[in-house]
Amino acid sequence: MSRDLEVLKLLEDNARLTPREISEMIGCSEEEVKKIIEERERDGTILKYKTLIDWERVGEDFVYAIIDVRVTLTREKSYDDIAKRIAKFPEVHAIRLVSGDYDFQVVVKGKTLKDVAFFVADKISTLPEVRDTFTHFVLRSYKEEGVLLFKDEEDRRLAFVP
Amino acid sequence: MSRKINERVSSIEPSGIRRFFDLVVGRRDIISLGVGEPDFPVPWSVRESMIYSLERGWTSYTSNRGLKELRDGIAEYYKRFGVETSGDNILITTGVSEGLDLALRAVINPGDVALIPEPCYVAYKPLTFLAYGEPVEIPTYPNFKLNYDKLKSYERFEPKVLIINYPNNPTGVTYSKRELEEIADFVFENDMIVVSDEIYAELTYKGRHLSLASLNGMEERTIVLNGFSKSYAMTGLRIGYAIAPDEIIDAMTKIHQYSMLCAPITSQIGALEALKVELERVRAEYMRKRNYFVNRLRRFLNVKMPEGAFYAFPSIRGTGLSSEEFAERLLKEKGVAVVPGNAFGRSGEGYIRCAYAVSMEKLKVAVERIGEFVESLKS
Repeated sequence: MSRDLEVLKLLEDNARLTPREISEMIGCSEEEVKKIIEERERDGTILKYKTLIDWERVGEDFVYAIIDVRVTLTREKSYDDIAKRIAKFPEVHAIRLVSGDYDFQVVVKGKTLKDVAFFVADKISTLPEVRDTFTHFVLRSYKEEGVLLFKDEEDRRLAFVP
Repeated sequence: MSRKINERVSSIEPSGIRRFFDLVVGRRDIISLGVGEPDFPVPWSVRESMIYSLERGWTSYTSNRGLKELRDGIAEYYKRFGVETSGDNILITTGVSEGLDLALRAVINPGDVALIPEPCYVAYKPLTFLAYGEPVEIPTYPNFKLNYDKLKSYERFEPKVLIINYPNNPTGVTYSKRELEEIADFVFENDMIVVSDEIYAELTYKGRHLSLASLNGMEERTIVLNGFSKSYAMTGLRIGYAIAPDEIIDAMTKIHQYSMLCAPITSQIGALEALKVELERVRAEYMRKRNYFVNRLRRFLNVKMPEGAFYAFPSIRGTGLSSEEFAERLLKEKGVAVVPGNAFGRSGEGYIRCAYAVSMEKLKVAVERIGEFVESLKS
């Protein structure tokens, strides 16, 4: 694995690792790690550092909905054009072109059920290219970004094996 | 001596680690680098396959040798370590521990000498002794490696067996092809049998692991022991295997059929699934932990970069403490559990074994505390 890839993979899993720690893990100089990170921040490979938060635990709940969107393509409007138009709404958490019955999967985040429902009705369904939408409200999340949101395993290892 | 108990059993010392075990009972602030066990649970696909098998009621005995698909799967798998074998030369055991016991009992006659390079895993000597063999230690301090000349000086014992373990617990040392050939030369010259404990084979960080049985002719005189405990974290499931030439595998199977009958079927099914698990990520993860831990440790202790397994074996000679004093005080004063080197034989004195198979967060705290402890010894 190239050094760049290794640094990126480590940061993807834990953005708080210091260049020093990363250098100790992969066995190169701290300067080299700093250089890689700076370069990757500059060229847009590293988009952002953020924190995965389980909002339910602080009672600060959000409403998420997954909207299947079917669209009509025209000569003037390709998938990319339509996707960009939808993506720019701040309420849209994620948008992906998918295979299957629908064209896009849009994840919308809002404060209340009403917020989300009206956003879809007002902003998405009304786009001329959108043929129909199908909204699934998320009731509970069990795993996000590869991280389990529940804990049902414990470390039962002994400190010594006699 | 009590007449009730077999003399050999009576004369064996219980494991020296027991005393340390008692010291940590009830303490919750301990970070343990003491145990040779990965800190992640068994991969879910493996656990799921075992659950499914239980749902379908697969709880019977298996054949003595173990499930044929598993044995064939292992034969295929072991090609990666240079060994061409078949499922017929494989015996599924209840962990490498059973495999080791069977191997020694199958080949040792009363009084036969087994050469055991030290420091080494704690079971080799007692099990040799219980098989009515005579263990002869070969100290490997300070580079912890065997070579032809070292072995040659033990020819006078007319040894029958060599027990070798690489990548090594506790030293992390492993062998290149050329170094293995030197060992094989000695084994041929003395018409010996090798018990090759390769449980850490997957955790080789420099190049690829090469089995001793892969060397020309060695397949006729090598008993390879391996298992699923270390690379797949299946420690408590007790599942391992032996690969040996016909005559020896038959002899081992004979003992196994009477003493164990078969390895637990649930564990065998788990092992079958484990063979499909890609280990590259696990290896990379351990390698990062190794680098991080050893690089940090080097600021205050003398330690070689281990080439395999998940142990660092730093020297604590500069501290003025014995291995046991060091380990005991580190545990009491800083809550970090390590194993004193002398638990692995006399030539491990002056060292401690740190298993770095714990989370990066714990590793970070542990190495800080070890540093503080070493500093405190200076003032």
